Amino acid sequence: MTVAAPASAIAPPRPAAVARPRHLRFWLGALILAAGLVVALRWLGNDYAYFAGYFILQYVVLGTAWNILGGYAGYVNFGAAGFMATGAYAAIVVRQALGLDLLPGILAGALTAGLLGLGTGYLTLRLRGVFFSIATLSLTVVLHTLVVNWDYVGGSRGAYIVRPREVPPFTSYGEYLFIVMLGLAVISVGIARAVELSRIGQGLAAIRDNERAAEAVGVPTLRLKLIATTLSGALMGVAGAPLPYYSGYLNPEAAFGLAYAVNAIAMPLIGGIGTWLGPVIGAVLLATLQQAATVTISSALSLWIVGWTLVLFVALAPKGILGMVRRR
Amino acid sequence: MDPTLSLLLNGIVSGLLLGGLYAAAASGLAVSFGMLDIVNIAHPALMVAGAFLVVILGTWLGIDPLLAALLQAPLFYLLGVGIYVAYHHFFERRGDEALQGLAFFFGVMFIIEVGLVMAFGPEQRFLDPWYGFVTLRLGEIDLPLRMLVPALAALAAIGLLYLYLQRSFTGLAIAAVAQDPEALRLMAVNPVRIKRLAFGLSVALAAVAGGALVVVQPVEPSSGQIFIGRVFAICIMGGMASLLGTILAALAFGVAENVTATFYGPSWSPAVAFGWLLLVLAFRPQGLFGKAA
Amino acid sequence: MNEAPVLLRAEGVGKRFGGFVALRDIDIEMRAGERLGLIGPNGSGKSTFVNCLSGNFAAYEGRVVMGGHPLEGLKPHRRVRHGLARTFQLPQPFGSLPVLENVRVPLLFSGEPGNATTRALECLEQVDLAGKADRLPRELTQVELRRLELARAIAAHPRLLIADEAMAGLSHAEVDQMLALLFRLNAGGMAVLMIEHIMRAVTEFSERLVVFVAGRKIAEGTPREVLALRDVEDAYLGRQ
Repeated sequence: MTVAAPASAIAPPRPAAVARPRHLRFWLGALILAAGLVVALRWLGNDYAYFAGYFILQYVVLGTAWNILGGYAGYVNFGAAGFMATGAYAAIVVRQALGLDLLPGILAGALTAGLLGLGTGYLTLRLRGVFFSIATLSLTVVLHTLVVNWDYVGGSRGAYIVRPREVPPFTSYGEYLFIVMLGLAVISVGIARAVELSRIGQGLAAIRDNERAAEAVGVPTLRLKLIATTLSGALMGVAGAPLPYYSGYLNPEAAFGLAYAVNAIAMPLIGGIGTWLGPVIGAVLLATLQQAATVTISSALSLWIVGWTLVLFVALAPKGILGMVRRR
Repeated sequence: MDPTLSLLLNGIVSGLLLGGLYAAAASGLAVSFGMLDIVNIAHPALMVAGAFLVVILGTWLGIDPLLAALLQAPLFYLLGVGIYVAYHHFFERRGDEALQGLAFFFGVMFIIEVGLVMAFGPEQRFLDPWYGFVTLRLGEIDLPLRMLVPALAALAAIGLLYLYLQRSFTGLAIAAVAQDPEALRLMAVNPVRIKRLAFGLSVALAAVAGGALVVVQPVEPSSGQIFIGRVFAICIMGGMASLLGTILAALAFGVAENVTATFYGPSWSPAVAFGWLLLVLAFRPQGLFGKAA
Repeated sequence: MNEAPVLLRAEGVGKRFGGFVALRDIDIEMRAGERLGLIGPNGSGKSTFVNCLSGNFAAYEGRVVMGGHPLEGLKPHRRVRHGLARTFQLPQPFGSLPVLENVRVPLLFSGEPGNATTRALECLEQVDLAGKADRLPRELTQVELRRLELARAIAAHPRLLIADEAMAGLSHAEVDQMLALLFRLNAGGMAVLMIEHIMRAVTEFSERLVVFVAGRKIAEGTPREVLALRDVEDAYLGRQ
């Protein structure tokens, strides 16, 4: 069935959706970048570089995860720390109960945090968006309380994971963790991009713009929101699962750190919500700055600056860095 | 009297007293969230900031915490006005940028909490009033003044607020502004000015609640976090804009939380708050006293 | 026209808000391809009725049956699958999506997602917005936004379109344009329920007219019949 351009149009209408997504370009680019990073860091031979790299990549995953619900659908999750800690503690439980290591731990983290997202969403997403946000805030506090009172995972004393000194074929344990997190980052960004370009992502955009209208024209809003919450939660759990392996020790203070909650929101907002690239930019920028800042100023001060940056960006540059670049 | 019964009775009574404190904490939110529809999640953080300032002021001037809270209230009123002006200029005017508005208040909350940590350290601060260790006794029931006085002060403050909202022109305008800003404009009243006033008032109330908080328990920068679930649950359950509803919901909440704490330990309090919030959201989001959607 | 099958049946539909009864015991029937007008003073429950039909109000008394299928318990997006579509009094576009996407994205969730782009372009042509396919909603005029609203609503081939005050605030010429558009759409077999205050438009358009006052249906018949009734005149002029 052909469509004839109406004579009244000044130019034939260009169907905006015809541009075929460049899937190959993205994956090739991502893999080349990843490989390049691995080679570069191995050449550098500095173990600290691996840990700094892990730190930054963890935020890429966290920010990307948050953006799937926050940027794509417009629902703000204030409890990123809770989801991340869920992943971390799921990994610990799996280790202590079943003796399984990092990779199964990541799966457990994804599953548990995903279920948590689904549950929270199911209970609150039928109502106004603000109620979902408020619920996520108090959820973190509850999870924190739960963990503090749960001796199996060490309660407030914390839990230990012995880090092996060598992990062949990697040159060091640090490199191993770095590469795992790098893989997770590539996968999460890939998933976010796939969602964004799919009808799920387009439906979420409609929900974000005008949920009532979206529902009225046949978009299954609740179903899409639940998909987004579950996926977002699961990926946040994935960001947190390697944490006990990274530090060798995990206590509730660290797992539920405020830094995660604020960064999960600040990075996508500052980088640019609504697309997969924004959280990546925001995470790389902010995480690098914070890593640099922690050695020069106190971590509380650097976090404080993140808070101010968030407020300033949200007020003055609501579309983030990507938005500022695109306007030219 | 049977010891368990006595325990229960005292649990209920102190729960009611605690509820008085919670009512103070939630009353400001009834104004900002209930009447103005502004999701000020930084409200508890502002309360804690008020609490810290009360400790400083009270220690420095050697006065009672509640008096200090009253003295500092105008300062917080101005702070509230400032926050609203920024919020209105950057977010409210722009329309339905709900996400950015929420992120703004989250940022404010974060800045306050981390700022307090930087200024005062993460440890607890306290300020004991002269009556801090006096307990009245009514038969089997203990009435510690450290809980009774803030509860009464809270009720008094809310009572004053109620009178103001019902009797004064600006008070009525505040109730009207959420429902019909156009009608206000037609009466040559600037809705923005009214909202500014109301929001400033809500933050001043938060500061007063902070003073009450200091009397009841020591405060630390992170004290606000557990209050978020509490005050929003209470505000929603109380029907959002109803002050009477807020008081009743707060009392019920205080009792539930305290009785749970008495019999199962205090560490489960956040769970009570969250569970309560979820129940309210699931079954009756318009609250016990609100109108159905 | 009288032999056309019954498309929509509303039986005993009512709605309360706390103590306030917004709608009481509404019985309305529409046949396939029919043009029905709904009029009444402000606050008479017209919009409430539309919200019950569309499912925006989940809880109401009575039943709504569409093409033989009861719609009770169905969310708005499911009612769309049964052939119901509505526009809003104030246009509700998807602000960050271009005009074409506004129409295309909902189609991705309808029966034929593969045809979405083609069908979206068709709809835009029908409402004469094809030239603005790439624009953002904020670049459109009021009347263009209303046309976009219509395009989006008809995209999934609804059997019934509820046009809720689609002409409010339009100029005389613009009203004529919209009327012509709605007649065209109706000619294709789509039934239209028009809620309108502009008497000229609704009397010209409707085959039958229904009058609401204070939540009740007080009259039904051809426009000429209905407007001659004393009760209707009283309702509009405020006499008890």
